[in-house]
Amino acid sequence: MKLDVIRSIWPWLFLLSMSVFFEVWAQLAYDTSFLFNLFNIQSILTFAAAPLLLGIGVTFVIIAGGIDLSIGFAMGFAAVVFATITSSLGGQDPLVALFIGVIATMLIVMVPGMINGWLIAGLHIPPFIGTLGMYGVARGLGFIVADGVTVPVNNPILFQLGTIKIFGLIPIPVLITAIVVLIAHFVLSQTRFGQYTYAIGGNREAALRAGINVKRHTLLLYMISAGFAGLAGLIYTARFSAGAAQAGEPLLLDSIAAVFIGGASFFGGSGRIFGTVIGALVIAIIQFGLVFVDVEPFWQFLAVGIVIIVAVLVDQSRTRISNGGK
Amino acid sequence: MLEVKGVSKHFGGVKALNNVSMNLQAGEVLALAGDNGAGKSTLIKIISGVHAPDTGSLAYQDQPLHANSPLQARNLGIETIYQDLALADNLDVGANIFLGREPMKSFLGMTQIIDRQRMLKESREVLHSLDIEIPESSLEQPVRNLSGGQRQAIAISRAIYWNAKLLIMDEPTAALGVPEQRKVLELIDKLRTQKIGIIFISHNLNDIFAASDRILILRQGRVVGESKISETSREKVVSQMVSG
Ligand SMILES: Nc1ncnc2c1ncn2[C@@H]1O[C@H](COP(=O)(O)OP(=O)(O)O)[C@@H](O)[C@H]1O
Ligand SMILES: [Mg+2]
Repeated sequence: MKLDVIRSIWPWLFLLSMSVFFEVWAQLAYDTSFLFNLFNIQSILTFAAAPLLLGIGVTFVIIAGGIDLSIGFAMGFAAVVFATITSSLGGQDPLVALFIGVIATMLIVMVPGMINGWLIAGLHIPPFIGTLGMYGVARGLGFIVADGVTVPVNNPILFQLGTIKIFGLIPIPVLITAIVVLIAHFVLSQTRFGQYTYAIGGNREAALRAGINVKRHTLLLYMISAGFAGLAGLIYTARFSAGAAQAGEPLLLDSIAAVFIGGASFFGGSGRIFGTVIGALVIAIIQFGLVFVDVEPFWQFLAVGIVIIVAVLVDQSRTRISNGGK
Repeated sequence: MLEVKGVSKHFGGVKALNNVSMNLQAGEVLALAGDNGAGKSTLIKIISGVHAPDTGSLAYQDQPLHANSPLQARNLGIETIYQDLALADNLDVGANIFLGREPMKSFLGMTQIIDRQRMLKESREVLHSLDIEIPESSLEQPVRNLSGGQRQAIAISRAIYWNAKLLIMDEPTAALGVPEQRKVLELIDKLRTQKIGIIFISHNLNDIFAASDRILILRQGRVVGESKISETSREKVVSQMVSG
């Protein structure tokens, strides 16, 4: 029982210690506050939005005992598809062009998710390998669709969505992410779909014996993961008024780190959406904090890499303890 | 309630079962004994719909039984409890008892959500009705925190809650400590009074003599002994197991 308490507290401890670390650094080095600064908070939240969206999708997959390495490039693929479709409809009413672009992109980005699900649930390919293959495919397709360049979009509504802040306070990508977080949390904690996701990760055999359609469920999980990557791609395109195939490249690491910092187990069966939210905030604080205290940006990769290793080590030791040392 | 007549089963050149017949009454506990490879697991797999017999027939509750899958058998009330395969360790007691059949309630009139309150309440009731002691504070914890015997009891409760009439257990006490074994045997006794038919495989003669009404001994796929437990002895059982 104590272990479960530690499991739910430790992401908060991580968040707290990172916040204090950068606050102290900023105070000592620059005599300024890191956290008590509206611009910083807005920036951290905006930083966190894309990895968090990817992280939410992959939280579902990881709880069920899988992994999805293709999300970063699925996001880039979605971004260039969205930018290409929307800009090719430049002659249309901007709202119509945007609407068609969003629907078409979300449908198209489901295809890599379906293929992942089919490889894993239907052909029993290990998730790590199947989605690594899809990582390459989505990457290639993204660059092919974009013809190797960044695809600009000139859509005034999209520009508004990507830049304005509600009440001058909350950026729209942050608002959308917050809504999606609540929905995902609801689905995972309150519905049968969520319950079966945990059951499959806990004991696939027991789930099968309980009559759960594990194959179909697994397929849906990878489609959800791709769907979140698509949403992240849409938001990227809105923020920068352009789609790029490499949009999500650095975010694979960040999003999966967020899930594990958030307390999900590498072995499946546990994890929470709010854990991933905290994990994404930790990553964003590290990244933005390093920029804020004027450390070279390359250190971010190193820091996030270390954080992943620490998170997995903690998970392993927790698992070892709860198995009574076996 | 169960009648097996002249069942044989080959696996390639291996004759796993050879003309096996047996029966079981409601409220009766039958122990299945025999050396490794005697055919015990094959027999219960045929009853529970995992394998089809090559020849012979089965009847269950006076109807011919043709279960083609474990799910079909389960829907008829034939439940098999395998060690360690039964529970999702990361879910709590109620979630395990109701896995795949969760009670739902309305959420703001918009959608359906799992009724955890009801799962907790009904789990408590079924555990209580079987005299299974699990502390209130553990009911909402992942079952991995419970002992092997408690987990076994939860798997059994799950079967009973969903109206199992025939319960098949493969080595139900093998992984348990002595006090826990006693609890499971008590539970078997309790199930007998509820008119559940029970078949259990065991290597442990103490368990067999403590819990069963009748014993069926297999050797190399054949029935080599069958008797009321009150009319046999350990020595006799052992000699039948090893030399037929
Ligand atoms: N699925 C199978 N395929 C091939 N041979 C099998 C299979 N299941 C059981 N057997 C063989 O049938 C015989 C009886 O096995 P089993 O029923 O598992 O015995 P027990 O449970 O009494 O130890 C053994 O020789 C075993 O190797
Ligand atoms: Mg066996």
